[in-house]
Amino acid sequence: MSNLAFNRHSVWAIYKFEMARALRTLFQSIIAPVITTSLYFVVFGAAIGARMTQVDGVPYGAFIVPGLIMLSLFTQSISNASFGIYFPKFTGTIYELLSAPVSFLEIVVAYVGAAASKSIALGLIILATAALFVPVRIQHPLWMIAFLVLTAATFSLFGFIIGIWAKNFEQLQFIPMLIITPLTFLGGAFYSIDMLPPAWRTVTLFNPVVYLISGFRWSFHESADVSVELSLAMTLGFFAVCLAVVGWMFKTGYRLKS
Amino acid sequence: MAAIISISNLTKTYASGHPALKRVDLEIHQGEIFALLGPNGAGKTTLINIVCGIVTPSAGTILAAGHDIQRDYRAARAKIGLVPQELSTDAFESVWATVSFSRGLFGHAPKPAYIEQVLRDLSLWDKRQNRIMTLSGGMKRRVMIAKALAHEPQILFLDEPTAGVDVELRRDMWALVRRLRENGVTIILTTHYIDEAEEMADRIGVIDKGELILVEEKSTLMKKLGKKQLTLNLSEPLAAIPSELGDWHLVLNGGGTELEYTFDAVDERAGIPALLQRMSDLGIRFKDLHTRQSSLEDIFVSLVSDRSGG
Repeated sequence: MSNLAFNRHSVWAIYKFEMARALRTLFQSIIAPVITTSLYFVVFGAAIGARMTQVDGVPYGAFIVPGLIMLSLFTQSISNASFGIYFPKFTGTIYELLSAPVSFLEIVVAYVGAAASKSIALGLIILATAALFVPVRIQHPLWMIAFLVLTAATFSLFGFIIGIWAKNFEQLQFIPMLIITPLTFLGGAFYSIDMLPPAWRTVTLFNPVVYLISGFRWSFHESADVSVELSLAMTLGFFAVCLAVVGWMFKTGYRLKS
Repeated sequence: MAAIISISNLTKTYASGHPALKRVDLEIHQGEIFALLGPNGAGKTTLINIVCGIVTPSAGTILAAGHDIQRDYRAARAKIGLVPQELSTDAFESVWATVSFSRGLFGHAPKPAYIEQVLRDLSLWDKRQNRIMTLSGGMKRRVMIAKALAHEPQILFLDEPTAGVDVELRRDMWALVRRLRENGVTIILTTHYIDEAEEMADRIGVIDKGELILVEEKSTLMKKLGKKQLTLNLSEPLAAIPSELGDWHLVLNGGGTELEYTFDAVDERAGIPALLQRMSDLGIRFKDLHTRQSSLEDIFVSLVSDRSGG
């Protein structure tokens, strides 16, 4: 087989392996995030949301649905993908991956594809869960799916980078806990950035997560903090940067090969 | 014989500055069992890891089954199976799943009948549904071998295959290696156990401090460097070695009761009958005799200590 051909058996083997891991840890992978999200709806949707005015003409409970899905999508994509590649490094089984006749792109497609599949499934499950608590309407279902897939793939890729970079379990947790979660909370998951004072609104526009959540929310409610084109461009840009970084990591063998 | 692996001018210097391999040239012949011997840190594992794609070489080229391992890595790696030294396995997967995974990873369509054969050969068939974490160390070692064989490689690297395994598994492993060789698989093994190399290998390479200091047919090596020693237990102690026996450079031991004659394996025929004849003429009688041939271990120790001694 030439170096350029696509090695489907290898990709499928890794993909299946990663999906089997998710099924074994079904509770952590699916049920735990669903319970967490349900708690958000109970607190923000039913308890507090009932006392809040509408945001951009959308009831508060429904308004937070896209943000909550995104919150789970970010954290789960990162944790799935980072763990998927970090664990073989930790146990030493990475030797097999490095000695296999697979290209970096195939490894990425398989690992990131599996991580993204899981978080997309999770996003849809959370959406279904949300529909039990609040009325959910999706104005642009295709765009909704497009943003869901693109965001899942981008953050899985980002998680994959973290998994290669991390030297221990603390580092594996570091970026999701200390960077992604705060950026998501401050990125308009629970509010429209128009609700902020002008100075803070400007600061918030430097938060890349704002663009991701805004585009996704637009596909639900047609209301957005920034234009949908800009949202899409930012997401694609982030995806391209992550792909370039992973490419560099495999080319140089960064923290993979000595 | 055709070379299945050609290594030329291979050099590896780690980022720490440690030179692990220095301009190594080596050809592995198709279908042979090649044993790579060397003390800890000599560069054996580095050499294997470079051929398998786990470590990046600093310089040099390697062809595996005619394919450059860097430029044409897919074709090269597809031919190679590796059983690393460290016991690294998944924990939660079943034996069957992990071996099937390896086959897929190396680009092959599933072939359950072949996987079954591999598992049966390695006495793993009964354990196929067990999770790997529940297996003993020896069984995990077998699983790693099964994984390495899952894609029907032509070249198999066994890095210290019998380190820390029991006698039974060692025998099984040797039998398996011979069967694989009969099927045309080329096997390169590293080992600390010289008897293993002596038992198994067709050719032997000795590596020390990153340099390949010797590559020989095992039999040639034993002949060239092997010493034989004849010990004669005398009926009556001798006070000194008679001058008539001076040609043989004998050594008198055991308070005059043992005569030792050390000779090269090559000229063994020449010395002994003449010595015995001369002793008989002199009326020196012996009640027992035995000969001892130096093992590969003696050869190896003398090679490596000669170098470190200067």
